[in-house]
Amino acid sequence: MTPRLFIEVARRSFRRSSTYRLATASALFTNTVFGFLRASVLLFLANGGDLRGMSESDLVTFAFLSQGFIAVVGIFNSGPLTLGTAIKSGDVVIDLYRPAGLQQWYLAQWVGDAGFQVLARGVLPLLAGALVYELTWPDLLILPTFALSLVLASLLGFALRFLVALSGFWVFDVRGVDAIVTLISGLFAGLVLPLNLFPPALEDVARGLPFSGMIQLPIEIFLGTRSGLETVWALVFQMGWLAALLAVGFGLLRVATRRLVVQGG
Amino acid sequence: MAVIELEDIEKQYVVRTRAGLFRRERQIVQAVSAVNLQVNKGEMVAYVGPNGAGKSSTIKMITGILQPDGGRIQVLGMEPMRQRVQLTRKLGVVFGTRSQLWIDLPLQDSFALLRHLYRVEETRFKRNLDELVDRLDLSTFLDRPVRQLSLGQRMRGELAAAFLHDPDLVVLDEPTVGLDVVAKYAVRSFLADINREYGTTVLLTTHDLDDVEQLCERLVIIDEGRVVLDGSLGDFKARFGFERIVVVDLEAAVEPLEIDGVDVVERNGPRQHLRFDRRERSATDVLAAVAAQHSIRDVSIAEPTIEELIHRFYLE
Ligand SMILES: Nc1ncnc2c1ncn2[C@@H]1O[C@H](COP(=O)(O)OP(=O)(O)OP(=O)(O)O)[C@@H](O)[C@H]1O
Ligand SMILES: [Mg+2]
Repeated sequence: MTPRLFIEVARRSFRRSSTYRLATASALFTNTVFGFLRASVLLFLANGGDLRGMSESDLVTFAFLSQGFIAVVGIFNSGPLTLGTAIKSGDVVIDLYRPAGLQQWYLAQWVGDAGFQVLARGVLPLLAGALVYELTWPDLLILPTFALSLVLASLLGFALRFLVALSGFWVFDVRGVDAIVTLISGLFAGLVLPLNLFPPALEDVARGLPFSGMIQLPIEIFLGTRSGLETVWALVFQMGWLAALLAVGFGLLRVATRRLVVQGG
Repeated sequence: MAVIELEDIEKQYVVRTRAGLFRRERQIVQAVSAVNLQVNKGEMVAYVGPNGAGKSSTIKMITGILQPDGGRIQVLGMEPMRQRVQLTRKLGVVFGTRSQLWIDLPLQDSFALLRHLYRVEETRFKRNLDELVDRLDLSTFLDRPVRQLSLGQRMRGELAAAFLHDPDLVVLDEPTVGLDVVAKYAVRSFLADINREYGTTVLLTTHDLDDVEQLCERLVIIDEGRVVLDGSLGDFKARFGFERIVVVDLEAAVEPLEIDGVDVVERNGPRQHLRFDRRERSATDVLAAVAAQHSIRDVSIAEPTIEELIHRFYLE
């Protein structure tokens, strides 16, 4: 796939996502409401003080910022990555008749959509939170690093959902797999609770899993709770898992398309 | 030059059916058996047969997305399964029931993307697009989101999308399914023109005899995975299309008519469907015999559909 084609696909995906106005508005509303809900739960837990090294404003910022991550990293659904249903319906033949790698094709769509989601659903929950609470704002110098970490988080989300979609070649019930991954990634990415509030043993496990790179790590970079070296490590960790998951996806795709049975006539 | 060459192609599917709570039964469906087919450059071939005959399976193997279990396939000098991506550059594919267009975006957005996808040079792309817009009469809805198009309009869009990169071979799986007469006519005349003017090789499956009649010199019939006939439509009809059906509406509902050499195959109130062999009796002759017994209000003569012919052909 040429860079030009990648960009053209991403652009169209961005534009397509922007046509779903009502869905975007209602999701944005929900994300924001849940931001307030989670913020008050965390404040209740903090009980007027710090909580495992997080100040009240850190906790609140975590709540609103992570709500903005949901659509960008694809916690609850696969967004434009419709490969799973296409495999089930047989529409995947259309994908296979394209002179472009299937993984890159969907990745380009994911990137375009994520770009839209950052603008439409990423920023506003945080701003809404800022109207009510005092938030922790990052050092401007860290913003480029945060942006990089955010991009890696979104790509990790793609790599993961791509594996879910591919399971459609072998598993009858992709939606079941999808639901399990949604549950696990929501929990271990830090959406339900920041990972540092987990019991220590569980936190260690969670920090070793790729999901932590989808929300927890980029937000820690934003909040400035990581030292310089720890920040570098976070990025390396994200890149490592990303490379690994993409490679597994690529390999499985090859296996699948070699001995493929396309459904439906 | 052979564009498609199939030699003794075989395909079986393994189907697992549930036979009790934990037991599963393995069943083998022979979808395609020992199919031989050669299609030359510039030919337009209709690939027909009843539901489940193996048409789509054959097409999937020709286009490299299904691994045959036996035999040899060459398409445009390539091995489809091994060189799938390379092959797709020279291939156009249209499905009556699936879409390659971006449903939420204006039709022209999908077209513009195809230029980058197939790396078509800009001036050539513009020329092709103008020509396709003209031939398929797309200009009035080029800027409408695909989801707002009628089925016929969308299908014309799909056709344009399949031809934008000047493919050497175009495969269409039931391109006219669900279309009205006008839209079917548009699809057919487009395919006929392109095939005649550019010599694009076309393979299509259909359940519509008119498609075959108006488009294809050559007819390949498959039934239960086997090619049972490969020849011209004229030959086929001359050999097997002896049968005629006359539908008469009488003044009143009566007992089935009794006429020599004529079977009443259906009776619906005053309407009766009479079947006869046109080698033995002519239609006027049959009507005269009916008129001698009852007064006739209305008459129509039907040719058997291709499905019926195939069925008959296979029973013989
Ligand atoms: N993915 C599959 N798994 C199992 N069996 C299949 C599969 N695809 C097709 N078959 C079986 O193989 C046979 C041929 O199917 P195919 O789709 O090639 O028929 P077709 O000629 O295209 O039919 P139609 O006119 O209904 O589209 C049928 O018996 C069908 O049930
Ligand atoms: Mg079919």
